Amino acid sequence: MHSLTPITALGGAQPRIDTIAEMTLTENPGLALASIAARRGHEEACKDHLRALIGDVPGPGRSQLHDPEAAFWTGPDNWMAGAPFDTHEDLAAQLKARFGETASITEQTDAWVCFDLRGDGIEAVMERLCAIDIRTMVTGDAQRTVIHHLGFFVLRRDPADWLRILGPRASAGSLHHAIVTAMKAVA
Amino acid sequence: MSQPNRLSGGLIDRSAELSFSFAGEIYKGHPGDTLASALLANDVRLMGRSFKYHRPRGPLAAGSEEPNAIVELRSGARREPNTRATTAELYDGLVAEPQNCWPSLRLDAMAINDKLSNFLTAGFYYKTFMWPAAFWEKLYEPIIRKAAGLGSLSMEEDPDTYDKGFLHCDLLVTGGGAAGLMAALTAGRAGRSVILADEDFTFGGRLLAERESVGGMAGADWAAQAVAELATLPSVRLMPRTTVIGAFDHGIHGALERVSDHLAVPAEGKPRQILWRIYAEQSLLCAGAIERPIAFENNDRPGIMLAGALRTYANRYAATPARRVAIFTCNDNGHRSAADLHAQGIEIAAVIDTRADAPDSDNYPVHKGAQVIDSRGRLDLKSVRVREADGTEHMIPCGALGVSGGWNPNVHLTCHQRGRPVWDDALSAFVPGKDLPPGMTVAGAARGIFSTHGALASGADGAAEALGIAAADVPTADDAPVSQTPFWYVEGCSRAWLDQQNDVTVKDVKLSHQEGFRSVEHLKRYTTLGMATDQGKTSNIGGLAIMAEIAGKSIPEVGTTIFRPPYTPVAIGAFAGRMRGKEFHPTRLTPSHYWAEERGAVFVEVGNWLRAQWFPLPGEKHWRESVDREVRATRASVGVCDCTTLGKIDVQGVDAAAFLNKLYCNGFAKLAVGKVRYGLMLREDGIAMDDGTAARLAEDHFVVTTTTANAGRVYQHMEFVRQCLFPDMDVQLVSTTEAWAQYAVAGPNARKLLQKVVDPEFDLSNEAFPFMACGEITVCGGLRARLFRISFSGELAYELAVPARYGDAMMRRLMDEGAEFDVVPYGTEALGVMRIEKGHAAGNELNGTTTALELGMGRMVSTKKDSIGTVLSKREGLNEEAGLRLVGVKPLNPADRITAGGHLMNAGGPVDAAHDQGYVTSAAYSPDMGSMIGLAFVKSGDARLGEKMRLVSPVTDLTVDVELASAHFIDPEGGRQRA
Amino acid sequence: MIIDHPLLGPRDSSEFVYLGDARMLDRPDPDAPDAARAFYEYGYLRDNPAGPHRELWFHEGGDRSWLVVTRDTVTHEITRVEMARDVARAKGRST
Repeated sequence: MHSLTPITALGGAQPRIDTIAEMTLTENPGLALASIAARRGHEEACKDHLRALIGDVPGPGRSQLHDPEAAFWTGPDNWMAGAPFDTHEDLAAQLKARFGETASITEQTDAWVCFDLRGDGIEAVMERLCAIDIRTMVTGDAQRTVIHHLGFFVLRRDPADWLRILGPRASAGSLHHAIVTAMKAVA
Repeated sequence: MSQPNRLSGGLIDRSAELSFSFAGEIYKGHPGDTLASALLANDVRLMGRSFKYHRPRGPLAAGSEEPNAIVELRSGARREPNTRATTAELYDGLVAEPQNCWPSLRLDAMAINDKLSNFLTAGFYYKTFMWPAAFWEKLYEPIIRKAAGLGSLSMEEDPDTYDKGFLHCDLLVTGGGAAGLMAALTAGRAGRSVILADEDFTFGGRLLAERESVGGMAGADWAAQAVAELATLPSVRLMPRTTVIGAFDHGIHGALERVSDHLAVPAEGKPRQILWRIYAEQSLLCAGAIERPIAFENNDRPGIMLAGALRTYANRYAATPARRVAIFTCNDNGHRSAADLHAQGIEIAAVIDTRADAPDSDNYPVHKGAQVIDSRGRLDLKSVRVREADGTEHMIPCGALGVSGGWNPNVHLTCHQRGRPVWDDALSAFVPGKDLPPGMTVAGAARGIFSTHGALASGADGAAEALGIAAADVPTADDAPVSQTPFWYVEGCSRAWLDQQNDVTVKDVKLSHQEGFRSVEHLKRYTTLGMATDQGKTSNIGGLAIMAEIAGKSIPEVGTTIFRPPYTPVAIGAFAGRMRGKEFHPTRLTPSHYWAEERGAVFVEVGNWLRAQWFPLPGEKHWRESVDREVRATRASVGVCDCTTLGKIDVQGVDAAAFLNKLYCNGFAKLAVGKVRYGLMLREDGIAMDDGTAARLAEDHFVVTTTTANAGRVYQHMEFVRQCLFPDMDVQLVSTTEAWAQYAVAGPNARKLLQKVVDPEFDLSNEAFPFMACGEITVCGGLRARLFRISFSGELAYELAVPARYGDAMMRRLMDEGAEFDVVPYGTEALGVMRIEKGHAAGNELNGTTTALELGMGRMVSTKKDSIGTVLSKREGLNEEAGLRLVGVKPLNPADRITAGGHLMNAGGPVDAAHDQGYVTSAAYSPDMGSMIGLAFVKSGDARLGEKMRLVSPVTDLTVDVELASAHFIDPEGGRQRA
Repeated sequence: MIIDHPLLGPRDSSEFVYLGDARMLDRPDPDAPDAARAFYEYGYLRDNPAGPHRELWFHEGGDRSWLVVTRDTVTHEITRVEMARDVARAKGRST
């Protein structure tokens, strides 16, 4: 076991939690991420591996919620896989072993900051932040769009009053500020 | 003081009293009042001075089309000029001041302009202030701006915040009157998502202002009942106080919601306004109609207003501008106002109707075939002069005059995509044309359907057709046909106002025609008709009608100007939203940021990143002291710099090497696994685009770096090459810039330091891990990491990457373990100094105009393979021998300055553009050289090393004698980095 | 504007980056005898139509697909949106 102590994307030893009215925004450092990109000519084999891993192959705008691994669509023949960090810090290596030559696997764990936004009013928060039609998104939907020039993913979890937001890690502070400001504005 | 002009009834809440001030006087009003209705109830008609002639003015209308009653609302930093009193919702403590008057509203010094009106006609400014040109900026403009102009800015920062928001719906209904409410009911009952937006604070539109029944109850009650039902429907979003300001491409509408304008101060954390972007599959415009005035001499006195507005004030606001009122009309609408006011106990002095066959009344005298030809009253209306059908003239005393020239459908939003309204002969008005914004339909009075029943039915049908559903049942309501006979202006009038906000008269329109401005667009710009903040909602048609008559054409032949967004003025703050100053400017922090903050680093912004620029130590008074120390310490022992910000792109796939061969002008196919190579990327036109390194971690896996500022653009370019140019290469790209914390460890003791953190099974010896080696390793007891032996500083150097969450701890560990070597952190300034000393090109040199040849890398452009930019890089013009080449520059006198941007001239000869020899791109003080040094592009520079030249910068008045040198000031053989 | 992404449906244009004329797909053969002229025309000559225009947009804030969008430059009407990769393949750009 190595001897380096991690910090969260917002710079703390512990994840940040903000509660405003009925809503809670929680920084979630407990997610390991890796991108899966099917290699040319191996698309179907890659999907077979994905299906075997998580039960289905999510199409455009969708995720497959599953334990411990899950994944969402990020582009044509591209997915982002996620799993609990504590047990899957080496997710990329695990996937590489599983997918072999059928996919390019890239570690993405620390490329992103993850926020969980829960509670009554989260749809109104998203309406102040970005152009996605949050009210028609159902559990399992995963969209990428832009908040104040920052590209980010929003995933509708189960239950539906739970959104998972993945943004660029280096801009965690800016994204957090934007979300909290919107939470206060709609509270 | 009581409210002398307050009537009974109305939709105001008499149980509460609100106190407000106007022009320093304190008045009382009620919830439900606007500032204008409350002032009228308090017998205040004079609310402002006009723009050009400073004539006394009061409200003309009761809604957002108001041209006259504009005030400065609120005080201090929240003061907002040019706010319409007719839409400002009254709240307790409201403060308003009249504008464009000095020293006071009642005694305005600039009213002298009115006496000079013969000189101030259309085109006055154009004609008078033409010469001499220099006078315009210094003399004329400041004077004119001071004399004219409307309200004034507070010149303080706006303390309020503004939000932006995004909404989606099947149907957007603009306007919540009879048509809009029925449309929303139709859509909402069918479960379709519908947004009903109205600029007013109460839904109902004209139903609130009329005394007619809908479905067997008062119109206002029916509206309230409809709103109550809509509020229970889950797919309906009711948006009062929300103005749809524009209809943009593909069903996108802009809407401004005034969240807090009816409050003294917004609630904590809440915005003042929200600018919504509404994505509507379909939109139904139910914006109603706007009444048009009749032009006659001195028709602009306070107390003269639209007849429908008089009715609105009486029925909705229980207020009247005066107790004795006359009506001037050319249609039945004027009589309706007379009847309603009479029912409220107002004395109707006369109804002056231009029609010989006007209807009679038992309650007031009707003057048939008569016209109002003039008015009297210094600060407000005292009497009107009437010319009877037989030509006799007499005065009729009255405190207010309601004028009705008929109604114009409110077609504003139908024009926002260059749609032109069309003339309707039956209505004598423009109605929406066929070229509406895609997805938009129009219902109710906005479509020219003026009866209440017609409006209700067309709203229901409009929504039903737009959504393919059944229309809701329509309640019973008045369905009498409405006809309008046009009557635009009184024969022979001259100073008869068309556009009251911009002070444009009938005389101005005639003059404009006389001077040759025949197109309506020219008329508009020459006279400024319709160019004020109200966009001529009440005036454009009158101007067109007069122009048509003078030209001997019909109105449709003359044509019409079109309306443009926004429908009503929008505060700049609403367009800016939260993006003010640094707010919501995304900032990127490096993994060592918090540590660097603790060390007192000074930060600089690069491509949204905050990078440590230098790390001052106690006692260092000047940044140069810190930077020189960081450079010396790194070159003497070891320094560490956070270089996470360089773009990192993961390139994988069987064709990864072939792909990089296309991307970079130099070759990558033969790069061995475990090696790094410098790469230069060209644009297709042969100009250098970006540079970086590509490390081959496996046969099918590279990690490519880009410069910090170009990371996004290069990634986009790589995806373009991958998807659009070579669509079947097996290559996959992922940005990993933020995933890894990456630190440059540079200096003679770099290896010794790294050996203390890299796990012992990895051999860092020069033999095992030579210059330009790379590999996946572990550090600190098993943490996955990557190591690249590359050098930007010219020293023995490595770049070490660990997952970003461990970056903070890694930096602290490097500092701890490096203490025995006196390790220093260094910032971007020291980084810059060392790369200039080494002659490495950076953004200043890759400036979008330079080629590989100019950068001294001409031989890197492979002739054995095709890559982006190869073909055009061979163009003759880019390959001249006398072309620019990158060289070093040093001053002959070490104390002299070298400045980036300075130009190089021959030692003798003229100093001018024709003799320009090149320019300096980068400059820094080199502690090693003991002087400033620079990098420069000089004509045939590579052949002129040692030549003495002059560095000039006329802008900074600099002339320095310099000598050209190799760009590699330090260790030109590169022995250090290979050590 | 709204771009109807072939995979993701209608998306706000703020998610996209505009490049320009879709003829950028037609990179000439670098080995052809008239390559210099062909690249010059490819690099510098553009039509500027008032009407339908095929142009390249990059879904930077989305799935990172390059799209070929057929847009009327007068009315902004978008009549067709294709994956640029499919268009490139149809043009015979497969290696």
